[in-house]
Amino acid sequence: MSADTLATVKPAVELEGITKRFPGVVANHDIRITVQTGTVHAIVGENGAGKSTLMKILYGMQQPDEGTIRVNGTEVSFRTPSDAIRVGIGMVHQHFMLADNFTVLENIVLGAEPTKLGSLDVTAARRRITELAETHGLRVDPDRLVEDLGVGDRQRVEILKVLYRGARILILDEPTAVLVPQEVEELFQNLRELKAEGLTVIFISHKLDEVLDIANAITVIRRGTTVASVDPGEVTARQLAELMVGSELPTPETRESTVTDVVALKVSDLTVEADGHTPAPKGTQTASFVAKLREEGRRLLLDDVSFEIHKGEILGIAGVEGNGQSELIEAIMGIRPAHGRVELAGRDITTWSTLKRREAGIGYIPEDRHRQGLLLEASLWENRVLGHQTRKPARKGIWINRRASKADTGRIVKDYDVRTPSVETLALALSGGNQQKLIVGREMSGEPAFLIAAHPTRGVDVGAQAAIWDHLRAARAAGLAVLLISADLDELIGLSDSLQVIYRGRLVAALDPSDITPERLGGYMTGAIAGTEES
Amino acid sequence: MTRVGKYHLALIGAAAFILLLSLVRIVTGYDDLTSSGQFAAALGLAVPIGLAGLGGLWAERAGVVNIGLEGMMVMGTWFAGWAGYQWGPVAALAAGLLGGALGGLLHAVATITFGVDHIISGVAINLLGPGITRFLSEVLYREGTAAADAGAGITTSPAITGNVWTPSLPILSDGPDLLGKLENTHWFLIADLAGILRGLTHDVNVLVILAVLLLPLTFFVLWHTAFGLRLRSAGENPWAAESLGVNVYLIKYVAVVISGAFAGLGGVFLAFISDKYVEGQTQGRGFIGLATMIFGNWRPGGLAAGASLFGYTDALRLREQAAVTSFFLFGAVLLLIYLGMRVRRLMSAELAARDVKQYTTMATAALGAVVLFWLWLTVEQLPTQFIFITPHVLTLLVLLVASQRLRMPKADGVIYRRGEQH
Amino acid sequence: MPAGLNRALLTVVGAVIAIILAIAVCSVAIVIAGGSPLDALGAFFDFGATERAQSNAVAAWLNRAVPLFIAGLAVAVGFRMNLFNIGVEGQYRVAAICAAYVGSMFTAPGWIQIPVIIVVGALAGGLYALIPAVMKVTRGVNEVIATIMLNYIAISVTSYLVQGPLAGERAAGDLVTTTPKLPESAMFPDLNFIFDGFGMLAPTRGGGLWGFLIVAILLGVVVWVVLERTRFGFDIKASGLNSPAALASGVNPKSMVIAAMVMSGAIAGLIGLPEILGDRGAFNSNFTSGLGFLGIAVALLGRNKPGGIAIAALLFAFLDRGQGALQIAEIPPSVITIIQGMIVLLIVVANEVTNRFALRLEERRAAQQLGRNTPVEVKA
Repeated sequence: MSADTLATVKPAVELEGITKRFPGVVANHDIRITVQTGTVHAIVGENGAGKSTLMKILYGMQQPDEGTIRVNGTEVSFRTPSDAIRVGIGMVHQHFMLADNFTVLENIVLGAEPTKLGSLDVTAARRRITELAETHGLRVDPDRLVEDLGVGDRQRVEILKVLYRGARILILDEPTAVLVPQEVEELFQNLRELKAEGLTVIFISHKLDEVLDIANAITVIRRGTTVASVDPGEVTARQLAELMVGSELPTPETRESTVTDVVALKVSDLTVEADGHTPAPKGTQTASFVAKLREEGRRLLLDDVSFEIHKGEILGIAGVEGNGQSELIEAIMGIRPAHGRVELAGRDITTWSTLKRREAGIGYIPEDRHRQGLLLEASLWENRVLGHQTRKPARKGIWINRRASKADTGRIVKDYDVRTPSVETLALALSGGNQQKLIVGREMSGEPAFLIAAHPTRGVDVGAQAAIWDHLRAARAAGLAVLLISADLDELIGLSDSLQVIYRGRLVAALDPSDITPERLGGYMTGAIAGTEES
Repeated sequence: MTRVGKYHLALIGAAAFILLLSLVRIVTGYDDLTSSGQFAAALGLAVPIGLAGLGGLWAERAGVVNIGLEGMMVMGTWFAGWAGYQWGPVAALAAGLLGGALGGLLHAVATITFGVDHIISGVAINLLGPGITRFLSEVLYREGTAAADAGAGITTSPAITGNVWTPSLPILSDGPDLLGKLENTHWFLIADLAGILRGLTHDVNVLVILAVLLLPLTFFVLWHTAFGLRLRSAGENPWAAESLGVNVYLIKYVAVVISGAFAGLGGVFLAFISDKYVEGQTQGRGFIGLATMIFGNWRPGGLAAGASLFGYTDALRLREQAAVTSFFLFGAVLLLIYLGMRVRRLMSAELAARDVKQYTTMATAALGAVVLFWLWLTVEQLPTQFIFITPHVLTLLVLLVASQRLRMPKADGVIYRRGEQH
Repeated sequence: MPAGLNRALLTVVGAVIAIILAIAVCSVAIVIAGGSPLDALGAFFDFGATERAQSNAVAAWLNRAVPLFIAGLAVAVGFRMNLFNIGVEGQYRVAAICAAYVGSMFTAPGWIQIPVIIVVGALAGGLYALIPAVMKVTRGVNEVIATIMLNYIAISVTSYLVQGPLAGERAAGDLVTTTPKLPESAMFPDLNFIFDGFGMLAPTRGGGLWGFLIVAILLGVVVWVVLERTRFGFDIKASGLNSPAALASGVNPKSMVIAAMVMSGAIAGLIGLPEILGDRGAFNSNFTSGLGFLGIAVALLGRNKPGGIAIAALLFAFLDRGQGALQIAEIPPSVITIIQGMIVLLIVVANEVTNRFALRLEERRAAQQLGRNTPVEVKA
């Protein structure tokens, strides 16, 4: 029989006519992709194009309404991820699927545990993991708790999880989103090794230069359907972008400077402790008290951070996630107790409550809109009131002014192009981009003096991204001071008037965005390049 | 802290506890504080609480908060009484277990399949448990039935018939009964130790022994088997488990049904203590079990310690109410020890590190010690109602002190639905 | 607004289905017990043969509904912000004994005496609820477990107080211990005149139709206004829907927990008053128990909205009233407890199902009206 020889040339994965409908929308429509064995196949598309849904279908987490999936030539239908695992498909999720309170070993063996006489065979598992780690160059310590690991380590654990199950086809869903350029390079090195061993990698991304760097074949998805299959050797990033969004990608370029001499926000010696806040005794200097904390070996999440933002200036903070960005935001917002001083337009607001700070003109676009920005199960106008419940137009004495709030929500819907049937619609019915535009509109109302914008365009489609950038630029020109925090280095470099790098809770470098590359910025972010460079 | 360190600490703690107990016995003159009878009763009362706690542990390790333990326990007591008077203790055990498991199944259907809030479902089960058992009594035990002739009523079952083997440790607690002799000497520490050991080894119901063995069994299953790893993963991060092909729904179902079975079993042992089902005999022990699990930090060891403590106070309350006042002395001494430790630490620390907060806690502790000591001197006998609430007050105090150090399973109480990741 | 109407309709449909299912389950139980479900149904609607008996039955129904309604409100205030005040049971007992005792200590004109008693009740309930609130805010103690423990403590302490320190005189041979009797001026005027208005005889049993009904209705309106129309109500709603978002928008979660818990406790403090001021004139050792737990059921059935809670309270009171009639019809009265428990369980299931359905409907509507086919973001 020639079945064996045929099998070797058969593609690893073939998707034909995959369609998936969600209530009211079609997430995937007639998707066709062929992935050859032993290649890195990239699937690109902008946020909301339907990439994640497609991968969930391929991994058995969701069932397609129509279409067929063939793996190594055989037609399969997956009901659960175990079905996919059984035919050799493994998935590395964008949001890591790890139990923090488990060890690396426990996370890896979960669901495929080696047992001896009914009990867990830890020795065998450890041996196997060490072996796998060595052959693939993925170093991890199997006995460490996952909660103590950094992002890069966690990703390696995820890859090991997949390899441990003997997967031959790996799906990586936006694996570089949380990595800095250096870590990306390391990941790509690992992927090349896997490819050399004959494994197939399906690589999902919307970062085009990375895709061109690693992929052997590229499939483009737009609005839920496959629009092109191209050879990376024959396209440029620009052409790919046009395939992806049907037009050119917006760039976050800021033109002439609008920075003034007036300081809008001044932060000095801001320090946040890791294990509970110890109030400084009266009369002690913050600096000396913080020095004492450091001496005692207290872990500091934010360590002596000072900066100024002027009216009309966007200050970008670059950093790998988890290096103190969230703490910085929360300290400025008054959500988290901190040592040090925060001044808004010359007034000391250090002891003010979050509410008072907001009333004084601090706006906040939170990093996670579902967690901190919206009441998903409330109407749009109620979401407009959120954070403004003590100010006009939402407030009338002790009452909520419903009519004025609704009217003002209508204004935001119009000015910020929020696509919604009405202001009574529940927030969860809106797409991510529209939700984000609503938040931006809300935070810009009431004429803020200072705005915190954390990942303002994360997970939104290209149109909304460009609109949000425009609004930020316009507000800046009108004299708004903005603190911009983002993982998107192009956005940071493009929008910011000045850049600071945060690393392990400290501001380690002040850079000039006009002459910095993402690679060098990545070097500062990982601590590979040390020292301060004045702009 | 390493495992050995923890183990040693537990040993030292237990030793200090016995020493203290012995001291308090000598000072107060209540020999019952460490008598074998007291410890035998404490064991009997600790078992239901511990089983309820284990029930909580199984459910919550799988991520389902089970506040319905009380209702499931009630089911256990009724079915134990009903099967027990007809077919004996072993049947009572099986029936109570099944009754509790039924309650667990109901909770599982509501919380896992329908995604109902765990607390609400638990409250509903706590309403339903007594309702169903009352209904069953009204139907099966009404006047004119055979059961009623055997002594049943609307609120009680007939007595559970039949005997179970109650072995003793030969020589030491039986026959020559060396431990018993030692205990009667009332020597400091030695008599106490002998009393404790004899209480735990003399005429022990073999079913109680089996129940106690469920504790190490639970530890082994949850922490050393593949099934246990999967179960705990459902409580830590069910989506991770799901993505690795673990059937989270099934795991949770199994866990919650087992949880109910354990609670039901706890009810069975309550029925054993009074030899029959009596309406309302759980007296909130399901909740106490839940509390022991919480301050046992969702671990079997801590749970066992909590259950022993409550079993002990419960037994003391039932046997010698006057002796309960010795708790005041006990508490005062404990506070003094704590105070001493704080003072030592304060002396070694530098002046700048002392802040007002520390002084306030120390002052509170000192005041507490004085008040407790004064209470011990003045109060002759506590009203029964106050003795009854001892475990509840203790629970609140422990939660106040330790709440922030507790670590519950990360996805405990989270409503999980397949494919809907948070 | 059609979107809101849609959601409301679905809720009602869900509730009706849940109640019908609960009745079905209980019918099966009744059949197993050898009774006839139709007889049982008849018993529920049997308001008595004489006109006087009918008046009494109606009064008993409403009198039972009043405390249930207040209990439902108390629970709902906490539920609105995901705060599980399981402690209503304990709070109302502590409040009832305090109010009864303080009320018996002095005599003043009714318009002073009664408000003082009400205020004392609310204060005592609020203060008792402050304990778990402070524990939660300062030490992070879970309010569910704390309030459960405090329930047992409250039950024991009130039972001690009514036997000892706060006991009044009791007749020889009477086993029921009680606080001192309230003066006549403390008794709330009854509403029996309403029966006259309908051409019915005035009820005679249990103090007639309790005047506290008026207070309950007022309370319901106030709670509705506070929750639905004020800033405070908005803050509660926001905290309940998404506490991190509420925090980021300047709502202080700690003061909200304290405020909501104390408000819940203060309302709970009124639960026992209708009975004291309308009939008994004292707190005694066989005072009605379990109202707090039933309040949880009532609040869930009424979806934490005062209007819904009123309907739920009337339903539960209607069921409770059938107790005697069921006994006469030789049907175990405990089916009432089962039916109530089943309703709670089924209603929350129905809530989940209809909620999910309504949200999906809303998403679909939004998607259709906008005519887009890009996928809705799956919650990540």
